[in-house]
Amino acid sequence: MNSEYFSNDYQKTPFMLFFRVAVYAVLIIAAIYFLIPLVIMIFTSVKTMNDIRTGNLISFPRQFSLEAWKSAWDTACIGVTCNGIKGYFWNSVKITVPAVSISTIIGAANGYVFSKWKFYGSEVFFSILLLGCFIPFQIILLPMAKMLGMAGLAQTLPGLVLVHIVYGLAFTTLFFRNFYVTIPQELVKAARIDGAGFFRIFFKIMLPVSIPIFVVSIIWQTTQIWNDFLFGVVFSSGDTQPITVALNNLVNTSTGVKKYNVDMAAAIIAALPTMAVYIVAGKYFLRGLTAGSVKG
Amino acid sequence: MASLDIENVKKQFGNVEVLRSISINIAHGEFLVLVGPSGCGKSTLLNLIAGLETISSGIIKIGEQNVTHIAPKDRDIAMVFQSYALYPSMNVRKNISFGLETRKIPKPEIEKQVAKVASMLQIEDLLDRRPAQLSGGQRQRVAMGRALARDPAIFLFDEPLSNLDAKLRVEMRTEIKLLHQKVGTTIVYVTHDQIEAMTLADRIAIMKDGVIEQFGTPKNIYESPASIFVAGFIGSPSMNFIPCEITEHDGNLKILLVAQGDEKCLVPVKGLSSSPEKLKGQKVILGIRPEQISAFNLSEKKNNNVFKLKCQVRLTEPTGPDTLVFTQINNQKTTCRIHPDKAALPGESMEMGFDISKAVLFDPKTQKRIY
Repeated sequence: MNSEYFSNDYQKTPFMLFFRVAVYAVLIIAAIYFLIPLVIMIFTSVKTMNDIRTGNLISFPRQFSLEAWKSAWDTACIGVTCNGIKGYFWNSVKITVPAVSISTIIGAANGYVFSKWKFYGSEVFFSILLLGCFIPFQIILLPMAKMLGMAGLAQTLPGLVLVHIVYGLAFTTLFFRNFYVTIPQELVKAARIDGAGFFRIFFKIMLPVSIPIFVVSIIWQTTQIWNDFLFGVVFSSGDTQPITVALNNLVNTSTGVKKYNVDMAAAIIAALPTMAVYIVAGKYFLRGLTAGSVKG
Repeated sequence: MASLDIENVKKQFGNVEVLRSISINIAHGEFLVLVGPSGCGKSTLLNLIAGLETISSGIIKIGEQNVTHIAPKDRDIAMVFQSYALYPSMNVRKNISFGLETRKIPKPEIEKQVAKVASMLQIEDLLDRRPAQLSGGQRQRVAMGRALARDPAIFLFDEPLSNLDAKLRVEMRTEIKLLHQKVGTTIVYVTHDQIEAMTLADRIAIMKDGVIEQFGTPKNIYESPASIFVAGFIGSPSMNFIPCEITEHDGNLKILLVAQGDEKCLVPVKGLSSSPEKLKGQKVILGIRPEQISAFNLSEKKNNNVFKLKCQVRLTEPTGPDTLVFTQINNQKTTCRIHPDKAALPGESMEMGFDISKAVLFDPKTQKRIY
């Protein structure tokens, strides 16, 4: 950065001061604009129903209560069962964890081959695989349903996991391939002369430097899979549904009083894991996306 | 014993012939430098020797063993790369021992070897650092250490000094030469730098467009270049190539040099085997190195090989020990290496002495040397 640009002398001119203030004003307004929905959700989720009925949407909760959270987790009715969203939350975990890990590991191996062990036609293979990034979800629904049926995996968690792995591979392969092409080919040559083979080079040389791209791949896949609604609603039913589908059903359950506080609490619960992932690993995400060079 | 025999080696990428029938033999302990402009195939040849690329046809032997089709790890070679190719996640110690570990050498043996190499290259205090924490010169040492630790039959160097700054490059060059004297292992070294080639090599192979233009000792190549390309590539500043025509004078074949201002000088041509009649009128290129053109001094008058010509100085470049003086001869820019005290100023003229005892003649059509 050019320090002169930020020097005090420069800022003291009236125009620059005005400019500075204007920039901050815009940023603050934008931040408020994006934060308000979240704030309203959190406020509403800790209000009592009475509070909601009598107050207005953006007012502070007059009475702080975690009842709605308990209810959303444990007792809220989704369809005809009234066990809250906890089962579906764990469904999503059971889908996301294996799908993310398997698609990331296979993507790493794919990327390694496509960048460091090119074979005749590997570029064509890679291009075909890349097409997967551009295929809309909707197109593969019917053929996928048919295949899951034939494999006996229809409406099961493993089936949904499989769908996410297959669909995610295009992205994870792209991530890892683009990361590994920045690692000098000479490293592989050196390792080959040192007597290391395909797997030894992968595990000892490539994987230890791959942490940034692993983080990118894991964040990307986790948000994609956790937030997925379409595959969940199509390829699962009843108690194998992921949390996104359950949330939809909870909010749309038409019997009884509409409990806004429970809806909001459930929605926040559904969004928490992806938010947590971003907060914990967000800086690696940015760093990994921009990671060009591994200097050796 | 590890000699290296390369016989009729060819390499094609698709329809592109990168190497056409390369044959080189060097004896055990020799230092071979492959030199040439980029794209001449020298790195490809090195990769073929290493086994990192498959050979299209021909045979490569290391010692008595035919290695043409065996894997790099079984060839008993070690390689130093241009980018050093140190494993970024491992510390120096691990980098050096990696090749030994994959070969399942017992731990105490490895430790002994690492210690030996580290002391040889004076990198003992770097052993626990990572490559990212090292300077360019230190990385270079570690890369050599990794190669040395294996104690291979042949070392391969792929432009190992080109990432270093000028001063360090000269230092490391000396160290590589010392190292070769100490360990005595056969070395194949690729570079595009003719000075590295001259200073390091026992034998130089100059390559161009996938063929070897000339193979010989540095002295041999410097003094008897086989073609204009070789003559121009080796030596800095480059050899002068002056276009001339052979004429007959008093029954002898001579060539005429004309300086600016119409000063003339006839230089005899010796050693041409063909009949004088045939050569008369033939266009040739006189190759004469800058150091063979110096300020004329009277004591050389009796020397039959030195000819005087008064030349106009166009430009001078003082380098310290010598001053390079540029002039026009036969309308060709010519560089002369003059003692700084004797160099005239630009615009002035001075008497140059042309020592033709080591001058050479080239055929302008074939670009090959005719004498």
